[in-house]
Amino acid sequence: MKELSLNILDIAQNSVKARAKNILIKLTETDETLTLLIEDDGCGMSREMVENVVNPFCTTRTTRNVGLGIPLLKLAAEQTGGTVSIESVSESDNPDACGTKVTAVFFKNHLDFTPLGDIVSTVTALIQGSPDIEWRFEHQLTVGSVELDTKELREILGDVPLDTYEVIKWIEDYLKEGYASVS
Amino acid sequence: MKSLAELAAIREKMKDKVVLREGSGDIRVVVGMATCGIAAGARPVLNAFVEGVSNAGLADKVMVSQTGCIGVCQFEPVVEIYEAGKDKVTYIKMTPEKAAEVIEKHLKGGAPISEYTITNAIS
Repeated sequence: MKELSLNILDIAQNSVKARAKNILIKLTETDETLTLLIEDDGCGMSREMVENVVNPFCTTRTTRNVGLGIPLLKLAAEQTGGTVSIESVSESDNPDACGTKVTAVFFKNHLDFTPLGDIVSTVTALIQGSPDIEWRFEHQLTVGSVELDTKELREILGDVPLDTYEVIKWIEDYLKEGYASVS
Repeated sequence: MKSLAELAAIREKMKDKVVLREGSGDIRVVVGMATCGIAAGARPVLNAFVEGVSNAGLADKVMVSQTGCIGVCQFEPVVEIYEAGKDKVTYIKMTPEKAAEVIEKHLKGGAPISEYTITNAIS
């Protein structure tokens, strides 16, 4: 992937596919590191699956026996000296507290650090694709933060779906302005 | 600064439209957004369709949605267009520029661009 934001788009789709109702995407930066957390309340995975997801030949897709989402994220993190960890509680083990948490740490000053890229586009693409999910996006930069919670938007929008173009455009502009104010 | 008041204004504006949208979606544009599609550049293609369809005034008629892997990863970004009563059209190796052309000629004009389709690539 050319940008980390593309890995984020890809990994968050797993949470969508796990029928999550709430998905959190959190980026936390220090001078040296960027930590990505994607947390959902979807159906989760069994212990065997969690151990196996870093294997490219482990996939839930039916069109091919290859799944590269997690391996590509792992590669992007490890090539900077960072790590990826996955915690998951499956629905069959605990239906009240199921979900998956993917954490990736990147060392920003490493030569092989992939830039974050167009994260705003990733957030709008995710909301456009799954407007019924409650999305929370948080980016803690060293100088401030950018945040968006679809729950707050929905309270004002009422029945208007989040994938209405005007709403998607508003989210895009809102996040862009947020980034402009902290840079 | 973007304000939440603008969202309230969107809600007001959409009041009458929401009902209309229920029966809409005569044409469905589906963008493949699995790992293969994303790595090949599907995100800007999706955005080009979302923005372009609205700017062309086609929002009531055309629905833009996303799907997983369609199975022809070597041809990504892949975009499928479904229209009632017509054969599915599969566009391959899409770019935002090609998307703009598809909106203009196919979605608006009703004429698929065969040059960009999968049928053209494999025949």
